[in-house]
Amino acid sequence: MALVVIRAGMLTTVQDRGRWGFQSRGVPVAGPMDPVSHRLANALVGNEADAATLEITLLGPELEFEDERVVAVTGALFLLTVDERPVTVSPPTAPFLVPAGGRLRFGTRQRGARSYLAIAGGIDVPPVLGSRATHVVSAMGGFQGRPLRPNDRLPLAPASNVRRTARPPTTRITDLPDHEATVRVLPGPQHDRFSRESLDALQSAPYVIAPDSDRMGFRLRGPQLVHSKGPEIISDATSLGALQVPSGGQPILLMADRQTTGGYPKIATAITADLSIAAQLAPGDSIRFITCSPREAMKALIAQEQALLQVEQSS
Amino acid sequence: MNFNVIPAGDSALVIEFEDRIDPDVNARAVRLADAIAAERIGGVRDVVPTYRSVAVYFDPLRLQYDRLQDYLASVDPDANAAADRAVELIRIPVCYGGELGPDLAEVAGFGETTEEEVVRLHAGGSYRVYMLGFVPGFAYMCPVDSRIAMPRRPTPRVRVPLGSVGIGGIQTGIYPAETPGGWRIIGRTPVKPFDPMRTTPFLMKAGDTVQFYPIDRAEYDAWPSS
Repeated sequence: MALVVIRAGMLTTVQDRGRWGFQSRGVPVAGPMDPVSHRLANALVGNEADAATLEITLLGPELEFEDERVVAVTGALFLLTVDERPVTVSPPTAPFLVPAGGRLRFGTRQRGARSYLAIAGGIDVPPVLGSRATHVVSAMGGFQGRPLRPNDRLPLAPASNVRRTARPPTTRITDLPDHEATVRVLPGPQHDRFSRESLDALQSAPYVIAPDSDRMGFRLRGPQLVHSKGPEIISDATSLGALQVPSGGQPILLMADRQTTGGYPKIATAITADLSIAAQLAPGDSIRFITCSPREAMKALIAQEQALLQVEQSS
Repeated sequence: MNFNVIPAGDSALVIEFEDRIDPDVNARAVRLADAIAAERIGGVRDVVPTYRSVAVYFDPLRLQYDRLQDYLASVDPDANAAADRAVELIRIPVCYGGELGPDLAEVAGFGETTEEEVVRLHAGGSYRVYMLGFVPGFAYMCPVDSRIAMPRRPTPRVRVPLGSVGIGGIQTGIYPAETPGGWRIIGRTPVKPFDPMRTTPFLMKAGDTVQFYPIDRAEYDAWPSS
């Protein structure tokens, strides 16, 4: 049982929750840029939360199904067709059926940057170091360690042992930004290596996402940040959502495929709950940063978790 | 307590030791990382030792905060220093110079010495693995003899072949994959630092000791692929 790639889209990769546990050996975590949409897609088709989905970026693929499957598409909104007929499910995250031999096509993108296609049963590529996530730069995991290409045949796991489909949430769990978003950050871990004004500067105006941004990080153009103790630190671990500031004073928001270590100070770190919102932005879009308290970060995360659990428990 | 615990967002914290590159400081970080990992505290997802710090990644909704805090409050990273885990000595064959080590002559020029002497000094050293990073399986090793500690190239190469052995200032390392890279390439090893399909995917971990030994081109070519 397989999925055949007719058109690949711009950057379509297999992702599960990420390759955790090997950062001490230099292995990047990878995994979905928008973890909330990834988990939601799996829940909707009755998959386990760590099943592999397809992450679809900006320009979507066309895929042919060898057997009938329940699927769900979350995250960015695309006009979808199955065998040329529009998919008109409501809400747009609701699961639907693709018949055997059917072609699912991602058409015009309406909003957001990344969609997640979950297929009942999940994508059955061999795990590497315990994960099916694709890390393109190190050519690891996913389908042959690379983005999909036309004529790829992706193996699917049997759909027989999935749970029932879940009830889609009627309101979105995370906002789907329209070219701009506010992302909350916690200062640190090295905000003391910047001028006093830098944390204010960071919040003073939006940053634009530069064209050379990718799954490793968003290169940002906006208010200048000033190192007070030099632009280099003894290399240490780089966490998801960290705002790393190289010598030029323009920050990089570290995303799913980031390297495990880095030698630039990090002025602030995006809160986990807002990473899924940032992930829906593309080059040319803008991000406004605002500091918040650890309590607010936890509250936001708990609200997301409750919404996801409600969906997972409705199957 | 001789370390600071600082938050790095809502899903990670960093335990920092003295702000310098030093084998004893690094040994404390590696010991503490091993100890935290061995505690198997619920919600901890990854523990990462670096030169002078340890990052603990966790799921904030599932972390047993109290256990982690109690542990950090009571732990002494200097304890058991004598009974340090058996330091592994890893010996790695290198075919120096020629087309596999295109920068060997340059490094000899930098050191105002011969290529043979560069090989003798590099292979004569004993290197500590301070941390892994950059790409899977890349180990940062120190110290390279100051006479051959040539700084990186001003412009990195677009492609450095897998197995290339390089010098970047006082650091030496092996490229575990074909990547861009700015270190001076003095040789190549037939041994893969990282192979996800191998029973032991990683050749090295932080805290290990590495020594290199020269092999000739015929030995390199005949080396069984791992």
